[in-house]
Amino acid sequence: MINLASAGLVAAPESRRWVLRGHAVAMAAAGAAFGSPLPTRAGEVAQAASSIADTARAALWLGPDEVWFITPVEDGAALEGALRTALAAVPHALVDISHRQVGLLLQGTDPAWLLNAVCPLDLSLAAFPVNCCTRTLFNKAEIVLWRTGPAAFRLETGRSFSGYVVGLLAEIAREQAA
Amino acid sequence: MLLIHCPYCGQRPELEFRHGGQAHVARPADPSATSIDEWADYLYLRENPKGLHAERWRHVHGCGRFFNALRDTTTDVFVSTYRCGEPRPDGGSAR
Amino acid sequence: MNHPLLFRTPTGGRVDRSRTLRFTFDGQAYQGYAGDTLASALLAHGVHLMGRSFKYHRPRGLLAAGAEEPNALVAVIRDAARRTPNLRATQVELYDGLIAESQNRWPSLAFDVGAINDFLSPLFPAGFYYKTFMWPRQAWHRVFEPVVRQAAGLGEPPTLPDPDRYAQRYAHCDVLVVGAGPAGLAAALAASAGGGRVVLCDEQPELGGALLDEPASSLGASINGQPASRWLADAVATLSARPNVTLLPRTTCFGYFAHNMLSLNQRLTEHLAAPAPQAPRERLWQVRAREVVLATGAIERPLVFPGNDRPGMLLASAARSLLNRHGVKVGSRVVLVTGCDAAYITALELQAAGVTVVRILDTRPAAAEHVTRAALAAGLMVSANVTVLGTSGRRRVTGLTLARLAATGEVSDRESLACDTVLMSGGYTPTVHLFSQSRGQLRFDAAQQVFVPGVSAEREHSAGACRGTDGLRSTLDEGAAVGAAAAFAAGSRGVLASYTVQALEGSLRGQPGVLPQPGSHPPARAFVDFQNDVTSKDLALAMREGFESVEHIKRYTTNGMATDQGKTSNMNALGFVAKSKAITVPQAGLTTFRMPYTPVTFGSLAGYDRGDLFDPVRPTPSHDWAVAHGVVFEDVGLWKRARYFPRDGEDMHAAVDRECLAVRASVGLFDASTLGKIAVVGPDAATFLNRLYVNNFSTLAVGKCRYGILTREDGFVYDDGVIARLADEHFHVTTTTGGAARVLQMMEDYLQTEWSDLQVWLTSTTEQWAVIAVQGPKAREVLAPLVSGLNLSASELPHMALAHGHLGDIPMLLMRVSFTGELGYEINVPSGHGQRAWEMVWAAGQAYGMTPYGTEAMHVLRAEKGYVIVGQETDGTATPDDAGLSWAIAKSKADFVGKRSLARPTMLATGRKQLVGLRTVDPRLVLEEGAQVAATPNQKVPMRLIGHVTSSYHSAVLGHSIALAMVADGRARIGQTLYVPMPEGEIPVTVTTTVFYDTAGARLHD
Repeated sequence: MINLASAGLVAAPESRRWVLRGHAVAMAAAGAAFGSPLPTRAGEVAQAASSIADTARAALWLGPDEVWFITPVEDGAALEGALRTALAAVPHALVDISHRQVGLLLQGTDPAWLLNAVCPLDLSLAAFPVNCCTRTLFNKAEIVLWRTGPAAFRLETGRSFSGYVVGLLAEIAREQAA
Repeated sequence: MLLIHCPYCGQRPELEFRHGGQAHVARPADPSATSIDEWADYLYLRENPKGLHAERWRHVHGCGRFFNALRDTTTDVFVSTYRCGEPRPDGGSAR
Repeated sequence: MNHPLLFRTPTGGRVDRSRTLRFTFDGQAYQGYAGDTLASALLAHGVHLMGRSFKYHRPRGLLAAGAEEPNALVAVIRDAARRTPNLRATQVELYDGLIAESQNRWPSLAFDVGAINDFLSPLFPAGFYYKTFMWPRQAWHRVFEPVVRQAAGLGEPPTLPDPDRYAQRYAHCDVLVVGAGPAGLAAALAASAGGGRVVLCDEQPELGGALLDEPASSLGASINGQPASRWLADAVATLSARPNVTLLPRTTCFGYFAHNMLSLNQRLTEHLAAPAPQAPRERLWQVRAREVVLATGAIERPLVFPGNDRPGMLLASAARSLLNRHGVKVGSRVVLVTGCDAAYITALELQAAGVTVVRILDTRPAAAEHVTRAALAAGLMVSANVTVLGTSGRRRVTGLTLARLAATGEVSDRESLACDTVLMSGGYTPTVHLFSQSRGQLRFDAAQQVFVPGVSAEREHSAGACRGTDGLRSTLDEGAAVGAAAAFAAGSRGVLASYTVQALEGSLRGQPGVLPQPGSHPPARAFVDFQNDVTSKDLALAMREGFESVEHIKRYTTNGMATDQGKTSNMNALGFVAKSKAITVPQAGLTTFRMPYTPVTFGSLAGYDRGDLFDPVRPTPSHDWAVAHGVVFEDVGLWKRARYFPRDGEDMHAAVDRECLAVRASVGLFDASTLGKIAVVGPDAATFLNRLYVNNFSTLAVGKCRYGILTREDGFVYDDGVIARLADEHFHVTTTTGGAARVLQMMEDYLQTEWSDLQVWLTSTTEQWAVIAVQGPKAREVLAPLVSGLNLSASELPHMALAHGHLGDIPMLLMRVSFTGELGYEINVPSGHGQRAWEMVWAAGQAYGMTPYGTEAMHVLRAEKGYVIVGQETDGTATPDDAGLSWAIAKSKADFVGKRSLARPTMLATGRKQLVGLRTVDPRLVLEEGAQVAATPNQKVPMRLIGHVTSSYHSAVLGHSIALAMVADGRARIGQTLYVPMPEGEIPVTVTTTVFYDTAGARLHD
């Protein structure tokens, strides 16, 4: 059995996720509903208070016309409602991908070391600072990577790829233990 | 593995990209008005230069954007990458 | 212990004499010390014979002491699965219990039957393989090739699967330094002093390179007033203490790729007697460096003269390394033949260690004055202007014949010397492999007669002997300067240093080529390439036979090929070719340096990509349920799809018949989650789809579905799928399972690059939705009690309609669609609820005998209805009309992707293959998919064939076989008899329409 804990790996709390695609005007309208201006620079993450105490919503820049929203499941209805209202008159696409993705939290001693076994990006803090995000590859699986702390990442992957990603992380973690 | 400068994301490894063939091959505005030769040219005829080549790439495992690049086919040096719709920066032939 | 340790010095060297290690070679027990290589430990026992040559099976001993060793290739065996062939004994680190075997010999190394080849060698000239075995053709595979492969070859690979683990890693740095000799260390020190990220790798277990060859005694060099070994220890300690430095010993940089990406192979456990089972054996590093410093040193060349390959004949640098690193004397009576000053130092050190240096034979008129003086002062005897005419001894060299060579080429004063060791030095070749791999342009240095780095193609700097730099102080200073410059170029800060050195040194210069011999043909073979058994005669023959280019000569003679890639032979071959043709070396040209620098295991390259992790395995929402119900899976792309569900020992045929009949008679359950899904959303969504698909989507009402066909610009079918309009500005597009990614790519392409004015956006929702197909006449009855807020009647929810509702408590998008021809629904639920939804439907279906079915039954059911599968009926050359789908094309549209091509004359011409049905006369006979179709019987080969079978099955509900086929002008042939030629005989078939079952289509609309 795969020992996720030894890899410093836990499943992310149940989340809701949407992809927002549209022009700047849609991003501006959505930012107001989100609670903070949406990120406009490559790889930027914006956060705002959620409707649930002590939790935050995140907006991840993944492309010049693509932002992901990730929020705790309890905040889902509030966030979606606010977004749909704010965007009603603006051309856009807001698509629910809550179930498309699986989230993993990496927070062991050196998660960048784990990731760099098969992820080709420079994950040093200088090159990929806290609150930086991107879509990239984890060997043969596409992932979204969000650095949540100096030694903490959130990794999102397609549901059917999650077994592969977890299995590979566990394999690499065995090497760290050796 | 090449290092490619995505106009939106910066320098990223080639693994994240997919090559998209020759750049600046515009789809005719009204295909039905093209002659059979013009259409064949659009569909099938591509440059194969030794030297600078304007080609399309897509940052498929990144921001998802298509963009254009000027690459030297003999050295793999990228002279420039630029967004779709922008002219070829060296003023070279754009069909 | 048969062999006493006669050749170990009493003290000295870098080996740990307190740790004795036992090992065996060819079953014979020996011992060595920690820090020994297999080669040094054998030599300490006086064992020189370590291999048999590739072609002639000549006895061979050690030539070199490092990666360039061409002869001493051995297998190291840990267990049946862990047998690593073709290792250079000079690079095998000794561990306690090591088991090694020689290669390419039978029955034993000392007595090798294959050595008969040596006496038959006139039969094996250059180009032997190209000239022989031409006839009879059949015999090549059955006789010649197996025999040749048995007789000539390297080690045997293991036959069991590799049980070891292999790791991989990407790394980024400001400066990667390759080689940790004096230049590399100085470069790393300078480059890392300012805090920049530096990686320093070296193929050897210990960092230091040539500094490790310095004697500890007063003969050795000193750096900044300290003995070299002291300076080395300090330098390594300084680097280790810097957090911005990664030191990688036992790590070979074997490939230099575009944009400063370099591949490194790190050996993690090869040197351990008992590696931890968790530990990976090797790690492949892929390092992206802002700047690269190559400090890869230089390799000494052997001299080419008759009989230069006997055991006991080594490079002078190897003797020096063995003495100073391992405390091993190469022999008792040594003759040094040299054309290079540096070898004089070796002779001096050997003499100081108590070895008898019989004589120094210099092939030049004179050596540099200071080395000559040092040699004479030490009492060594030097003969200049000599050539070697031959050697004696079979399993060990016993003597050497020299002669004085006049400027005219005349030889005189023949003399024989008895010895047990001959050292050779033809000068040093800069190791420019990586520089050349990086596509840097080499420059020929006429003074040194070697190629050195010229113009860099990458952000790269060479330093030290690999750049032709001579002398320790120059090397250190150059390393520091280059390291500092590299750090600066990488955007960090470097710190320059300069060094003082005291040492007796000789230049590395020499003259590549073949030693002159009297007469045109030397009496015995003079080997240029030891690993491939290529002699100067072979090269001469190739030139005589008209091979001009050095690349052609290489391939014809095999000089510089195989695992060795000509490390010791290329320059000598070039020098010989140039001299023979009276041209310069650069005119002769240079062969390409190919990666890997030294062989890399497949395991290292495969890394994590093996076993369960070879590829992602994508399970569907019903995966666990299917496993519990005895499923047989099929791989579809990366997906695991249920193929069929056998019961009670059924074979596939029986299970598929049962599954098909259940769907036709009652109800079946099928996981269609793998279908690609794309949300097309925005004000211009309908316009966008109209421009892409052949169909018209403006006329599709909200709440309805339409079967869409996508062609490429060339007019050929690319994908198909049901497209649902969920809202005015929101379409739910489905694609084939395999087409999901490429259709999205094609859509993004048009949207971003051709129609960027359209306000529409795409999102993949393939994995958002689990899709459960409930198909069969009882489907509505099964679902009715489960759904809330929906009327499932045919009038409220007709074929190709959709509705939003709930399945129990799960939100659901219900589409009434069918790929079976039966009343059917596809339930879309968020994929996290997929398994639960599946189990709910399954429970509700029990009262109706619900049967799960897989892709195999799905294929039969749709073929009975004549529904095409893109990629099965179509092959990239079929238009919609060819596939019988022209009804879907909206003729009123001015344009769509592919429309212009569909108007090309050839697309409208007669003779195109069209989709039809085929019936065999014998109802039990199932045609083979891919079988060809002929219009007339009994044709002679080559037949005129007019089509091929695309799908073929036994239909249980019809009681006979059915097939679909693409046949030229097929629709005009309905009713005709055609012929399917097979090895067993011709099968007559009748052409039919494509719909075999429920031709009126009534069941779909129930």
